[in-house]
Amino acid sequence: MRPFTYERARTPAEAAAAATRTPGAKFIAGGTNLLDLMKLQIEVPTHLIDVNGLGLDKIEATPEGGLRIGALVRNTDLASDERVRRDYGVLSRALLAGASGQLRNKATTAGNLLQRTRCPYFYDTAQPCNKRVPGSGCSAIGGVTRALAVIGSSEACIATHPSDMAVAMRALDATVETVKADGTTRRIPIAEFHRLPGDTPHIETALEAGEFITAVTLPPPLGGRHFYRKVRDRASYAFALVSVAAVVQRDGTGRVALGGVAHKPWRVEAAEAELPRGARPATAAILDGAKPTHDNAFKVKLAERALAAVLVEAKG
Amino acid sequence: MKFDTPATNNPIDRLKVVGKPTDRIDGPRKTTGMAPYAYERHDVVPNQAYGFVLGAGIAKGRVNAMDTAAARRAPGVIAIVSTLDMPRLEKGQTNVAVLFGGPEIDHYHQAIAVVVAETFEQARDAAAMIRVDYARAKGRFDLAAEAAGAPLVGGDSEEGSGAPPEDRVGDFEGAFAAAPVKFDETYTTPDESHAAMEPHASIAAWEGEKLTVWTSNQMIAWGKRDLAKTLGLKPENVRIDSPFVGGGFGGKLFLRADAVLAALGAKAAGRPVKLALTRPLIANNTTHRPATIQRVRLGATRDGKITAIAHESTSGNLKDGKPETAVSQTKLLYAGANRLTAMRLAEMDLPEGNAMRAPGEAPGLMALEVAIDEMAEKLGMDPVEFRILNDTQVDPEHPERPFSQRQLVQCLRMGAERFAWANRNARPGTRREGRWLVGMGVAAGFRNNLLTKSAARVRLDSAGTVTVETDMTDIGTGSYTIIAQTAAEMMGVPLEKVVVKLGDSDFPASAGSGGQWGANNSTAGVYAACVKLREQVAQKLGFNSSEAEFVDGQVRAGNRSAPIAGAAGPDGMVAEDVIEYGDLAKRYQQSTFAGHFVEVGVDAMTGETRVRRMLAVCAAGRILNPKSARSQVIGAMTMGVGAALSEALEVDTRHGFFVNHDLAGYEVPVHADIPHQEVIFLDEVDPVSSPMKAKGVGELGLCGVGAAVANAIHNATGIRVRDYPIALDKLIERLPEPA
Repeated sequence: MRPFTYERARTPAEAAAAATRTPGAKFIAGGTNLLDLMKLQIEVPTHLIDVNGLGLDKIEATPEGGLRIGALVRNTDLASDERVRRDYGVLSRALLAGASGQLRNKATTAGNLLQRTRCPYFYDTAQPCNKRVPGSGCSAIGGVTRALAVIGSSEACIATHPSDMAVAMRALDATVETVKADGTTRRIPIAEFHRLPGDTPHIETALEAGEFITAVTLPPPLGGRHFYRKVRDRASYAFALVSVAAVVQRDGTGRVALGGVAHKPWRVEAAEAELPRGARPATAAILDGAKPTHDNAFKVKLAERALAAVLVEAKG
Repeated sequence: MKFDTPATNNPIDRLKVVGKPTDRIDGPRKTTGMAPYAYERHDVVPNQAYGFVLGAGIAKGRVNAMDTAAARRAPGVIAIVSTLDMPRLEKGQTNVAVLFGGPEIDHYHQAIAVVVAETFEQARDAAAMIRVDYARAKGRFDLAAEAAGAPLVGGDSEEGSGAPPEDRVGDFEGAFAAAPVKFDETYTTPDESHAAMEPHASIAAWEGEKLTVWTSNQMIAWGKRDLAKTLGLKPENVRIDSPFVGGGFGGKLFLRADAVLAALGAKAAGRPVKLALTRPLIANNTTHRPATIQRVRLGATRDGKITAIAHESTSGNLKDGKPETAVSQTKLLYAGANRLTAMRLAEMDLPEGNAMRAPGEAPGLMALEVAIDEMAEKLGMDPVEFRILNDTQVDPEHPERPFSQRQLVQCLRMGAERFAWANRNARPGTRREGRWLVGMGVAAGFRNNLLTKSAARVRLDSAGTVTVETDMTDIGTGSYTIIAQTAAEMMGVPLEKVVVKLGDSDFPASAGSGGQWGANNSTAGVYAACVKLREQVAQKLGFNSSEAEFVDGQVRAGNRSAPIAGAAGPDGMVAEDVIEYGDLAKRYQQSTFAGHFVEVGVDAMTGETRVRRMLAVCAAGRILNPKSARSQVIGAMTMGVGAALSEALEVDTRHGFFVNHDLAGYEVPVHADIPHQEVIFLDEVDPVSSPMKAKGVGELGLCGVGAAVANAIHNATGIRVRDYPIALDKLIERLPEPA
């Protein structure tokens, strides 16, 4: 951990302004990921802007009939909110499938979106990693890749995004609200929020320098039955090999997003037309163009079977 | 005390204290945070500075240059010692990898510098400023690739069973060729990490030429000897102290870089230094259980009698390292006239392979006990009955040697009854409960009982308090408690009147904690010292020691009794002795046995395996404390589940290191993975083992569990996976297609 300076922001715009004027600044909320990365010098911020006091910890109804989730709502509080449990079960389940009780108590909504990959090569600072040191190369490609991406990867990076919450939000078509230093706000659809690695895997989101997340909004409830099926090597406290966030309607139509397969929550809207025909055609369409490695080829089959399990349950 | 004839009746047999499920006497200290572990010993010496260890970023080659200038200028830095500052240090007797010194790099994360600073954060920050120029060399990192040319090599793992490179009885090849039913398969087990909760940690302080290291170590006498040897000190100038150890599993049997670098850092800084290996260093800087490739061949008659049995194992290690003795149980577990065991060792450039809980047997049984299951299936026999049919009561290689006790058949029979084994459907893949394919598996558990001398000192004071001093360690196992029980039983005092002091190299040298030998040997050493103290007490109080009975704080004989405290006088009384063993271990084979039963559910869609029930029936001599023994066994069963399902150090065969070097990537079971576990100890005393008539259980609880899980998965799914861990990717292609 490098020495850093610290301040507490008083308003979201002020936080954004502070981040814009201080090169190397980072926001800190729960710190459940950032502090670990700082200890390993994977993240080396010169300045931390503590945003915990901004009052963005409320969940409110929107005029459209959805929910507006403050950026600092803790994962535990979001998962246990009555409206979320009733109307957005996929989100509540995804949250509870992640991390541990202690971490969920600290981790925030915005922080969860911004957590970084768990690729083991990203974590070993003796190994090249384009995400950690742009242009240094990817040591994961050709190495131990069992947990890594099968689709949307590039020659520069095959990391996955580790979030469960974001996969559910992708299925729900959430929107990320932000504020910039000049006070202007923007609404970024979650589909456009996380990026594919391309040649610049160190740029992970659509956020501009200093831009600050204030909330995530959910559209009005979709109805249907909600599922989050997370498949992993042990029963708890492990990242997904594959996860399926699904909302399935009575007529068999629905939405599905996959976690653990790509650099971002993976959803292909056009493929959802295949859902009523079953998991195999749906997965084939969702993962069309997948380029798995020898070690992670199983994820394609696993995604199909996990989705099949969800569809069986949806009928039952 | 020389123990060379089987034990007869002795004061331990009263079982007033020994054999009771006593709570840990150190429990309140541990649960209130008052039992300090090595890194928390803030009070042992003032002015402690912090050390941070830097590991090499290459697996093989040399360090051309290190630029430490920026690090030396960093805030708070007191001293930096780099590997280029000194020649290679001498190796300890039990070390394979060199721990520090010189430019050569033999494995990834080999220690190349220690930075000492005022705070931990400053030391860590400065360590990251050190620039290292490496010359990479080619290494051998892929066991499968190196296995072909690997020579036959014997050896033992220092805390496991010894074995010659090749052992033959009868004519294996001939008998195998002639056998009506044959079986021949190959299994692999991966490299595994001990993954103890407490990292390797040490505080070192110099006083002139004298060095004290407060550390976390299982084997105090080895640690002292090897620290002196490594640093070129006289052993009498070295003291190590390790009263509490937060898990060892074999990872702390040996001197490691933490103690050496704390000492070197303290010397350079002119101040005491404390340091801990960071979690990422533990996988590649310390030792691990080596991967194996094991071939098992079995020949049997149609009615299920084994006529030929062969087990061959190949593992890899650094130069001068030893093989994983994965074939050792196969010498002893089953009858059969024609036998072959062999070990091959490939020289490789991965980190040092060395003992991990039940070295040899743990991975060996993961192959053998699946092979036995497969053979039983081939023969159309129940796997419990197949094992029972091939039981032996003598060492099959040396039939003149009986087992001192061998209740494997009883373990299996009782286990089968208690686990409702009869409900198992022998046809695999036929029991379905909702999304789960359900199956049961069984395996025999086997681990030898090793005898090694152990000393203790016992003091009696005028308040009637008995204090035991021995360098024995308690690595979470319950040593404090069983030693207190032993002393209380022997001296006829209540447990509260016994104080136990452990882990200090100034105390008499014990057996230490390893190879599941700790409980029996260390308490036998305490027994020996107590026999001596009883004689002194009796003599002082005017009793004939052979008639005197020690009970309720009194010495009694005939009509006379006197309080034991009266013998101590104002200066107290002290006795010291060592238990040493004759040739009983040669005349009798001493082993421990278990029947492991496991029920699993395998998700029919995703292949996730979840253990539903586990039972271990153990026969391991007298159980000194059923509560702490049970804790040992359930912990070991948990480790067995990890080995079966998720634990593997994943090798980057290009760059030569274990990639998943933290507890997020190296997945040990969590609470949600572990279901109801039941442990039964058979009533057994083994007068051949020691005056305690006890044996070990800490490794027995692991031995066979992995195979029982694998066999249960096969019973559930019909899929046989011979490469551990049995993660879902090895099942998913072969599971039934979804409806």
